[in-house]
Amino acid sequence: MAADPPIEVRGLVKRYGEIVAVDGVDLTVQAGDVYGYLGPNGAGKTTSLRMMLGLIRPTAGNVRLFGRDPLLGVRALEGVAGFVEAPQFYPYLSGRRNLDLLAAYDGHGASGRIDQALATVELSDRAGDRVGGYSHGMRQRLGIAGALLRAPKLLLLDEPATGLDPAGMRDMRVLIRRLADEGMTVLLSSHLLPEVEELCNKVAIVRSGKIVYEGAIADLKRGAGATYRLATTDDERALAVCRAQRGLADIRIDHGYICFAADGTTAAELSQALVEAGALITMLAPETVTLENLFFSLTEGDTGGRSDGALETVPR
Amino acid sequence: MSPGTLTVYRWELRKLRYQKRTYLGLGLAVAVPIIFVTAISFRHGGPHDVAFGDYIDRSGLAVPLVILLFGAIWMFPLIAALVAGDIVASEDHNGTLKTILTRSLDRGQVFGGKALAAATYAVIAILLDGAVAIVAGCLKSGFNPLQSLSGTLVSAPKGLELVIVSLLVYLIPILAIVCIGLLLSTVTHNSAAAVVGTLMFSLLLQLIAILPGLGGLQPYLLSTQFNAWQGFLRTPTDWEPIIRAAWVCALYGLPALGAAYLVFLRRDVAGG
Ligand SMILES: Nc1ncnc2c1ncn2[C@@H]1O[C@H](COP(=O)(O)OP(=O)(O)OP(=O)(O)O)[C@@H](O)[C@H]1O
Ligand SMILES: [Mg+2]
Repeated sequence: MAADPPIEVRGLVKRYGEIVAVDGVDLTVQAGDVYGYLGPNGAGKTTSLRMMLGLIRPTAGNVRLFGRDPLLGVRALEGVAGFVEAPQFYPYLSGRRNLDLLAAYDGHGASGRIDQALATVELSDRAGDRVGGYSHGMRQRLGIAGALLRAPKLLLLDEPATGLDPAGMRDMRVLIRRLADEGMTVLLSSHLLPEVEELCNKVAIVRSGKIVYEGAIADLKRGAGATYRLATTDDERALAVCRAQRGLADIRIDHGYICFAADGTTAAELSQALVEAGALITMLAPETVTLENLFFSLTEGDTGGRSDGALETVPR
Repeated sequence: MSPGTLTVYRWELRKLRYQKRTYLGLGLAVAVPIIFVTAISFRHGGPHDVAFGDYIDRSGLAVPLVILLFGAIWMFPLIAALVAGDIVASEDHNGTLKTILTRSLDRGQVFGGKALAAATYAVIAILLDGAVAIVAGCLKSGFNPLQSLSGTLVSAPKGLELVIVSLLVYLIPILAIVCIGLLLSTVTHNSAAAVVGTLMFSLLLQLIAILPGLGGLQPYLLSTQFNAWQGFLRTPTDWEPIIRAAWVCALYGLPALGAAYLVFLRRDVAGG
């Protein structure tokens, strides 16, 4: 029998009156995944994570963490740690006192990990100060330290780099990368595309509470195909050639360039056809597909996306 | 060792030591008897329209009893509400519920620890107030025999005993107020609203008691139970108001406590 996956979510719905914050989310996070939960503001990321941590009750559907339902008691959070939105602490206690409290609430030798956790997030020298005087970045790091006290196998992080300066963001990513390399399974919500691209091996893109794409990032990028930018000595004729050429999709004029989607072979064949037609190429350059393009096409286009990995670039 | 209700209880008490409002309530409990005794030292005779008022010059043991009478109006309910009304709502305010509810403690354990801490605070405040009042009173008027409500004179040691059991019986309605404070704290998510609400509730009950036609309700109002201790100051002891205080307060306190518990167990932790 296979072990229960760290996270299994089925048909998860959360309604706030008229607003459907989370609308039928299914997802499975396997052990060892660094899973990106990507969506714009208000997509329902935080609400989903709250349900996973048992902080709010789903309107429908269920969550299993290593096979256990967080609504049935706190045992489901064994080996699980994380936070939603900005981590919060008692402002009138020092950072270390706050961790002392959390470690006491964790039991199982968590208090023995405090020094290590503080060192990991580089807060050792400020641990004696009241949290009320901490900067946002310091609180964010204290949040991570608090999570590490539980020696988690699964870490749920809600936009951990939000509000950090570039150096803080880099440190946060390095830390997450390191934890993942040590074997921790991570679910990371974000609206920062480079972050997810850099850290995650799997991604779910969520829009208005619904998952519009789930899969490997590599598939997502491959499925989208490359787009090219073309300039010739006779663009009018070139456009006609492009339209006649098989294998080209989504042909349009953008900033005075002809743009289209195609694979490498088709692009090579096109160059020959253009020369034969007398439209000499001054530039033919592939554009790298950024997750950003995909993201916008998935989250703002009317048609949404398909979850089979074969994505089209929807013109805006 | 696995954590439990007592872990939360210990930490809640520790957290109280770091908060200003803790000292506000305790300060009030200590200051009021001292100010009272100082005031009566300067003007001769006490408040005459109140039971024991005439006796505070003759026996220091009358001082804590007069303060119990006055304190019932708003001071002791306020002190009890100050922490009980805040102890859940402040977690909402700080956004820390999500922090502590994602550890290894069930919500019921967290609530239990908080309720115990709020009750402990109220008990300490009342007993501290009583102790200060006894000492200050005896310094001013001496450790002398106390005249009971039935007119008999009670020896000083026996009088001290009666004052102490009176303080203990006084804790019954105080604990009911704590339960109501906890409920408002849990339901409103707002510390100020919960503290003021608890106090308003206590004041409203006192108003009901003086409304024409509603006098019959008086024995069953929570505010009336603050006078139950006077049963000890009669010879022989009048147990009736004391026993009634026990069950009337239970009828106010336990449903409030139970409701607070259930709300806390089921509520969405969405803020913060
Ligand atoms: N407690 C609540 N009461 C009412 N509506 C809520 C509540 N929490 C969330 N919502 C609504 O649910 C939707 C999803 O919110 P959520 O916070 O989950 O988004 P998010 O993806 O985390 O956004 P962001 O990137 O801004 O953090 C929003 O429309 C929000 O207004
Ligand atoms: Mg969010």
